[in-house]
Amino acid sequence: MSDKEVLLTIRDLRIEGRADEEWLEIVKGVDLTLHKGEVLGLIGESGAGKSTIGLAAMGFARDGCRISGGTIDFDGIDLRNAGETTRRGLRGKRIAYVAQSAAASFNPAHKLIDQYAEGPVQHGVMSRGEANSDAVELYAKMQLPNPDEIGFRYPHQVSGGQLQRAMTAMAMACRPDLIIFDEPTTALDVTTQIEVLSAIRDIVEQFDTAAIYITHDLAVVAQMADKIKVLLKGEEVEEADTRTMLNAPTQDYTKSLWAVRSHARAEQPSVPAGTTPVVSVKGVTAGYGTLDVLKNINFDIHARRTVAVVGESGSGKSTTARVITGLLPPRQGEILFNGSTLPPDYRRRTKDQLRQAQMIYQMADTALNPKQKLRELIGRPAQMYLGLSGKALEERVRNLLDLIELEPDNYIDRLPSELSGGQKQRIGIARALAAEPQFIICDEVTSALDQLVAEGILKLLDKLQAEFNLAYMFITHDLATVKSIADEVVVMKEGVVVEQGPKSEMFQPPHDPYTELLLSSVPEMDPDWLDKLLEERAAGGAGASVEGAGN
Amino acid sequence: MGFLTGLLWLAVAIIAAMASGWLFRTAAVAVTPRGISKELKTAPLTASFGMFMILCYLFVAFFAPIIAPFSETEVVGPEFLFPGDNPEFLLGTDNLGRDMLSRMIYAARNTVGIAFVTTALAFIIGSVLGLLAAIVGGWLDQLLSRTVDVLMAIPALIFALLLLTIVGTSIINMIIVIALIDSTRVFRLARAVAMNIVVMDYVEAAKLRGEGLWRLITREILPNAMAPLVAEFGLRFCFVFLTISALSFLGLGIQPPTADWGAMVKDTATMITFGNVTPLLPAAAIALLTVSVNFVVDWQLHRASGLKE
Repeated sequence: MSDKEVLLTIRDLRIEGRADEEWLEIVKGVDLTLHKGEVLGLIGESGAGKSTIGLAAMGFARDGCRISGGTIDFDGIDLRNAGETTRRGLRGKRIAYVAQSAAASFNPAHKLIDQYAEGPVQHGVMSRGEANSDAVELYAKMQLPNPDEIGFRYPHQVSGGQLQRAMTAMAMACRPDLIIFDEPTTALDVTTQIEVLSAIRDIVEQFDTAAIYITHDLAVVAQMADKIKVLLKGEEVEEADTRTMLNAPTQDYTKSLWAVRSHARAEQPSVPAGTTPVVSVKGVTAGYGTLDVLKNINFDIHARRTVAVVGESGSGKSTTARVITGLLPPRQGEILFNGSTLPPDYRRRTKDQLRQAQMIYQMADTALNPKQKLRELIGRPAQMYLGLSGKALEERVRNLLDLIELEPDNYIDRLPSELSGGQKQRIGIARALAAEPQFIICDEVTSALDQLVAEGILKLLDKLQAEFNLAYMFITHDLATVKSIADEVVVMKEGVVVEQGPKSEMFQPPHDPYTELLLSSVPEMDPDWLDKLLEERAAGGAGASVEGAGN
Repeated sequence: MGFLTGLLWLAVAIIAAMASGWLFRTAAVAVTPRGISKELKTAPLTASFGMFMILCYLFVAFFAPIIAPFSETEVVGPEFLFPGDNPEFLLGTDNLGRDMLSRMIYAARNTVGIAFVTTALAFIIGSVLGLLAAIVGGWLDQLLSRTVDVLMAIPALIFALLLLTIVGTSIINMIIVIALIDSTRVFRLARAVAMNIVVMDYVEAAKLRGEGLWRLITREILPNAMAPLVAEFGLRFCFVFLTISALSFLGLGIQPPTADWGAMVKDTATMITFGNVTPLLPAAAIALLTVSVNFVVDWQLHRASGLKE
């Protein structure tokens, strides 16, 4: 690789961001060298400065940020000192950018092909007619269905995975020398992710384009990158060739990132026959309007057990949770709690019934009232259900903060905005615990968090389950999480339970074809994983016969 | 030459205003406790000037009987004195020979006080109903929203005139009528803001916890809807203020002999043809307060929306 010509050189890059009327350094002297046709993976937790560096490679700083030091040299052009016209000439033509959320980045008012043609026509690379026929060719290369027609659809008429591929095709329009991929698959389901990854990799190889691939998912970067740079809080931790990095990381931080999926809960003995489950979902059919989202769902959750409900977006996982909590009364079927039927509508449930089933949300940001202090956020359920007040209430809140491993004196009077993402999720847990429930629904609680932080949350949930004999329903799309926390697994697809059973059985063949597809789609740290999988699928294995939810 | 002098005076006025704003901000930061002074430091000069002027108005309104040289209604001299004609009557006298300065001071009390009460009432009615419509939804939302649509279809001033002729003119009636009409605007805003908040997970969590309607409104939704509502309060206050002045000018507002800026403009309006600036003085008082309130509101809106320069 290194014998090729150097395309991009960044030396001692420093970027400052404005917060509270002060400039704070968020990227602290990062060096980066990229050769032609090379793919560099940038990984790190949120706040590590990955995206900021990616944008700086285009000579761009977001609103409220400024490039304060260092040099950015792109193929002999000094991007820091080049004029706006020079930079504008480069962007889209020689350097392209693929954003995380294609759905938010496309203009919903224009057809895909019009947006595709805008770049090449503006830069005078192609005429409109050439651009159109070129688009069809690239759409075919990206394996989009009906490449002749898909360009004439509006962004809302194609699926998320297809949109992400259309965006990559758009970035390719002027055949740039460098593409920056900013977490292009993070918002996608695992089965869709595979398609996008293989499409991106093919096209980058075919055109010998250099790329910076930004992600927080190690397994993904292992498939895509030639070399990997690990970042932490705006500083480089280490950089190495992908295989070297995966096999022999030298820094402690990198090792901890690599080891993060090590948590596995102890095997629980099987529940004796005849025990009444804490929660039992019996023959539930439910939906919105005339549409049935759930069809005849049955499963039980026992005390001190975790049932993981797995499926892609649109499979009805969260709707199941809404039925159990009473937000969506089912059309048929019922929810039993300790053997007795719960009223279908939450407004008809007694205070005690409400207390027994608590919920932890995916987005802690929207699940905690931003204007209430932790004292009130956590204290309110205890005050309401257990009638605590004054000293006793304060004592209880402090206990709960201790339980979730936050120092009470330091945190009790903070607002949610003064906490990190992981801490907010811990507050969500404390709020659920404050009601002293028997059953907690965890709705994608770790999917918005960094891996190290998510690991901490899973361990905490595990510890609390043992301590308070809790039953968990764990909704997730991430099979790695399932492996580490579940006792039983329920696989859902399009509102139907495809397969269910104890975890040990679920991860052993034979599988239902859909389960097989899901399981095989989870990226592994092996850099050859994607090649092997694609070969296997071409031969008809690994769930090739079923369609993922994205298409 | 006269134009240039005018520009010069304008520049002097602006510089003086900014200087007083700066002085006020420095003084306020020094005397207030840490939490508030931190906020005050972020205030631009325009907002500081606005706050300073509002405080001046409040001071004048509270201590009117002490500050004013004469009584509100007493005839103390000859009619239509120009400002400066007689050092005893600093701003001249009106059409009945009452002291202009004293009446301006008392009017601050009447007009500002009534405008404040009216706006507050409009906000209580409008925001409670708006939040209720957003939470409960369904037929209650339909009923309230359509009623408000009907009320908003009638031009506000004409509607106010109509209602006031029906119920008769008194200060209480005027407050209620204007508050009702203005609450429709507040309702719209409160409902729109609350609609975005009721879909948040924390509201769902509170509902699942079994919280009652009142607590949902006061603890979960209202604190998060406060910023746009406060900003709207400032703007509404100005509108109410102008409505009252307009009604007084038309003779249906605050009744004589009670001093009121709008009515004072009306009473002395003819004097402008003789080159007397007297009718402009109460108008200037209205303008200055409106501008000041808007400066402060702009600053608050800016903070609430998180906009950058």
